[in-house]
Amino acid sequence: MSATLEVRELSVCYGKVEALHRASLRVPEGSIVTVIGPNGAGKTTMLGALMGLLPYTGHAEYAGADLADASVEARVARGLCLVPERRELFGELTVEDNLLLGAFQRHTRGDRTVGADTEAVYQRFPRLQERRRQLAGTLSGGERQMLALGRALMAKPRLLLLDEPSLGLAPRFVREIFHIIADLHQTGVSILLVEQNARAALQVADHGYVIETGEIVLEGTARELAANPRVVESYLGGGASA
Amino acid sequence: MNPARAAFGLFLGFLIAAPFALPEFYVTLMNYIGLAALVTLGLVLLTGVAGLMSFGQQAFVGIGAYATGVLTTVYAISPWLSLPAGLALTGLAALGIGAITVRLSGHYLPISTIAWGIALYFVFGNLEILGRYNGLQGVPPITVAGWTVDSGRDSYVLIWIATLAALVAARNLLDSRSGRAVRALRFRGTMAESFGVNTARLKLVVFLYAALLAALSGWLYAHFLRFVSPGPFNVNAGIEYLFMAVVGGASSVWGAVVGASVLTMLKEWLKDILPALFEQSGNYEVIVFGVLMVALLHRTSAGLMPAFARLVPASRQASRPGDAAPLARRERPRAGEPLLDVRAAHKQFGGLVAVSHLSFDMKTGEILGLIGPNGAGKSTMFNLITGVLAADDGEILFRGERIDRLLARDIARRGIGRTFQHVNLVGAMSVLENVAIGAHLRGRHGTVASILRLDRAEEARLRAEAARQVERVGLGEHLLDAAGSLPLGQQRLVEIARALAADPVLLLLDEPAAGLRYREKQSLAALLRGLRAEGISILLVEHDMDFVMGLVDRLVVMDFGEKLAAGLPQEIQRNPAVIEAYLGGIE
Amino acid sequence: MTPEIVAWLAQDGITNGAIYALLALALLLVFTVTRVIFVPQGEFIAYAALSLALMESGRVPGTIYILLAGGALAAAMEVASAVRQHALARLPRILALYVVLPAAVAGAVWWAVPRNLAQWAQVLLVLAMVVPLGPIMYRVAYQPLASASVLVLFIVSMAVHYVMMGLSLVFFGGEGLRSRPFSDGQFQLGVLNVSAQSLWVVAASLVLIAALWFLFERSIYGKALRATAVNRVGARLVGIPANLMGQLSFLLAAFIGAVSGILISPITTLYYDTGFIIGLKGFVGAILGGMVSYPLAALGALTVGLLESFASFWASAYKESIVFTLIIPVLVWLSLRSRHVEEEEQE
Repeated sequence: MSATLEVRELSVCYGKVEALHRASLRVPEGSIVTVIGPNGAGKTTMLGALMGLLPYTGHAEYAGADLADASVEARVARGLCLVPERRELFGELTVEDNLLLGAFQRHTRGDRTVGADTEAVYQRFPRLQERRRQLAGTLSGGERQMLALGRALMAKPRLLLLDEPSLGLAPRFVREIFHIIADLHQTGVSILLVEQNARAALQVADHGYVIETGEIVLEGTARELAANPRVVESYLGGGASA
Repeated sequence: MNPARAAFGLFLGFLIAAPFALPEFYVTLMNYIGLAALVTLGLVLLTGVAGLMSFGQQAFVGIGAYATGVLTTVYAISPWLSLPAGLALTGLAALGIGAITVRLSGHYLPISTIAWGIALYFVFGNLEILGRYNGLQGVPPITVAGWTVDSGRDSYVLIWIATLAALVAARNLLDSRSGRAVRALRFRGTMAESFGVNTARLKLVVFLYAALLAALSGWLYAHFLRFVSPGPFNVNAGIEYLFMAVVGGASSVWGAVVGASVLTMLKEWLKDILPALFEQSGNYEVIVFGVLMVALLHRTSAGLMPAFARLVPASRQASRPGDAAPLARRERPRAGEPLLDVRAAHKQFGGLVAVSHLSFDMKTGEILGLIGPNGAGKSTMFNLITGVLAADDGEILFRGERIDRLLARDIARRGIGRTFQHVNLVGAMSVLENVAIGAHLRGRHGTVASILRLDRAEEARLRAEAARQVERVGLGEHLLDAAGSLPLGQQRLVEIARALAADPVLLLLDEPAAGLRYREKQSLAALLRGLRAEGISILLVEHDMDFVMGLVDRLVVMDFGEKLAAGLPQEIQRNPAVIEAYLGGIE
Repeated sequence: MTPEIVAWLAQDGITNGAIYALLALALLLVFTVTRVIFVPQGEFIAYAALSLALMESGRVPGTIYILLAGGALAAAMEVASAVRQHALARLPRILALYVVLPAAVAGAVWWAVPRNLAQWAQVLLVLAMVVPLGPIMYRVAYQPLASASVLVLFIVSMAVHYVMMGLSLVFFGGEGLRSRPFSDGQFQLGVLNVSAQSLWVVAASLVLIAALWFLFERSIYGKALRATAVNRVGARLVGIPANLMGQLSFLLAAFIGAVSGILISPITTLYYDTGFIIGLKGFVGAILGGMVSYPLAALGALTVGLLESFASFWASAYKESIVFTLIIPVLVWLSLRSRHVEEEEQE
């Protein structure tokens, strides 16, 4: 299976501090790959580097072409989209405008199908339709995450980078978000999912990596990882599930 | 001899040789450089270090110059009396202006400095007693014990003694208890407040210091030129000082000298060379000057000083602190006494409820774990207890006293020390200095004492205490490294050391184990147990369940700002609601 | 003070205030999108006003040389970066935008000056000369420093202001110039003699403000500008190009500055360096609006205009002092009222 994303020996430094150390991973076309690990392990840093927000060393190849030198907007144009941990919505703009701007590049390219896609997003997230005229800043946590996802979908991504999509959400919403992730997968989008909710992430993913203090320490199919004693112990709450 | 000292020696040698070796013209130029460096130095502290942008320093130069101008010409008072008078007047003006403007947040401050800069310029130009736009003629020269300072070379001596003294004073200040707090102002104000620094007052002090330096420069200027007119005190002059600070490198004391030299010489050189190049009259200096500035900043936006510093090989200026008498410790409550009582605390951000009527309590000598999914409101709860945020509703009691209406620095004074979820260190400062900020409230010497180095005995004790705490968290070998150069996990340990340096009764740790390796976590757990044995109580937010379960006495589980459960670790682990919330509840 | 004088001062204050409001909006736009404190705003006022006055007197304004040289410089920088990134396909577009377009404008001005065209045509030509200087300025001076601190960006702004002001003296000379009024009419409104030019200023400002509102509310580029101002990271993540937004905000600011200059040039004699203090008052207006809200900024600017007008009546020598000092209490009040937690700069 060809890889949408192929990362080899990716390192990121903040000044002298190395936050990510020679991480290698691969997202096969059409699959969900998850990266789990504790807070501060370098997960968000990795996504930032892949999106072009942070300078890195090493090699990252997306859809068969090297990503080096590509600006953030060039990456978006090529179908690479990040839904960041902090959502980064446009709080003083309406829900509808947020979605519209998600398709900014398609607009400027003269794509006429944007309107239909807005409707599709509303169908996927009916709550957003109810609040289409509301300012994004007034939404609740779960609605914000939906809007962030919806905004990313408006760009027609080929690879979605999701940073902690379940962060701060009620269990009910967490369930919903993971259903949506599984659902998106059906439409052919590849997904790189960074999560601290290891159990949910491993249930939805095909393949997984474990990252600790900036290094990838384990990898395997989601099923293997979910059964790995070390993962069970550290991330699935061995004691709690017993 | 270390290279930094050698560079300083070279500079000093040049300064001593200059009046003998240089022609009159260059001595005069050096005088202008010294005068500008004095003002710029104030700006470096104010803008580069403390982060307060000012366009108004020229107005203080003007007050200093006019004060001595009027007093010596109109009232025939000795310059040695007009100096303190001018400084006092400037000080009053700066306190007045500063009290109003320093507390202005964000971009209000720069605009208000422009505003009073312009306003004072027009006052200078329109007051009869100040000679209106014609200025004051015949300002007498300064005399020192029979020596009349009336030539450029004489003034040189006075100007550069003053400049060097100001440089040393600034360096002394930055290397002290107050200085560490000043260096934290720009990026780490919240942190500084959490360790007892009154940041508003400190900003005012820096503002005052910068104004006094400017006034001193004005006094020297008036007696060097023997003439005062409003021209040099217009807004452009203020902006020029800012140019000098930025070009020199606004975060370094020596950047002031570099910036003042480069800009003063550049302007002089442009005035010389351009008329020869362009026949036509016109203001070509400003054009070339502007182009050069833009080009320079494109190459090095941090100014020239960092580039200069690279020429001199780095040296470890700071040394490990020696032995000093330990600092006094606060009296502490007995084990089992009620310590912290949170009653229905509530906090909302817009539509998001972060903490929802949450109640829990802690006894002295306990380690209490506060757990819950990311975003459950744990860090907000920390900020409510430490006064970084004000609760919308509810009460928080510490040792029986209500603290929920107190400021962060007053809560710190009562013995609560904390770490931050997002590491809150001053990256450019050493580990030792960062930790010493924690001991801020255990010292008492202020800015004046540190400028005069009267604080050394206390400073030695503060540094020794900081070093002890650094050793204690196991970072002894990194004592003198810049805090920003450590890996994130170790930066969290520095945060713990800093909190310990405050001699806390209650320690609030926000994810201390994040980013640590297994062994490091084990030694951290051992350290925390040791602290508990000493009678320090700990409130702990942490995600690593292994770490938490083996360490804490009791747990409070938060979800959605609410208390989901509370109890002993074993009970919590079996609680179905906790399992559901914490593990995502995927069917 | 008679009611006539009050009314007259108010008219004067409102006319100037309308201009300050426009400038405040432009400054706010540039600041929120790029974090640049746009000091050279004043030069766009002066360049437009003086270019128009020169054209009316049948002389070719030096603005076209600045446009040609600035365009060439920007083209050189763009070509260099295109070559570095092996993106030679961009070359034709670069040349068209930064070389051919300025040359065409210069040619048109050359052709038009001796023909003494109608005033509206000359106004259009002035806009065509002055407005492109905005994006060119962004490309040349600011784009390479897009991630620098506000302080450094401000220093760059000052340097650019010096360059532009120096060039202004070279090309326009030290004499003050005034252009022809759009109409000389006067009419009676109660006790007040209203000059038609004042009405022009106020009406044009209102139209421009409405147009800006329409842009921000209705067009995708306007929304993208707002999005960038609200959340820079978010804007990058949806693929809004930061450089394009920077250039766009400078284009709008230059347009507003140029229109302001054209509007006031029949009322006030402008010198090569007058723009700065006018721009500064716009800046004060923007600050009074808290650097966040457009309606507040416009209101603040109007206040500045009125304050200045009445201050000049009571104590004209202290006019500037009064305007700038009276602002401090307002600032303090604003800062005490907004008790938000201060956002800390990133290290």
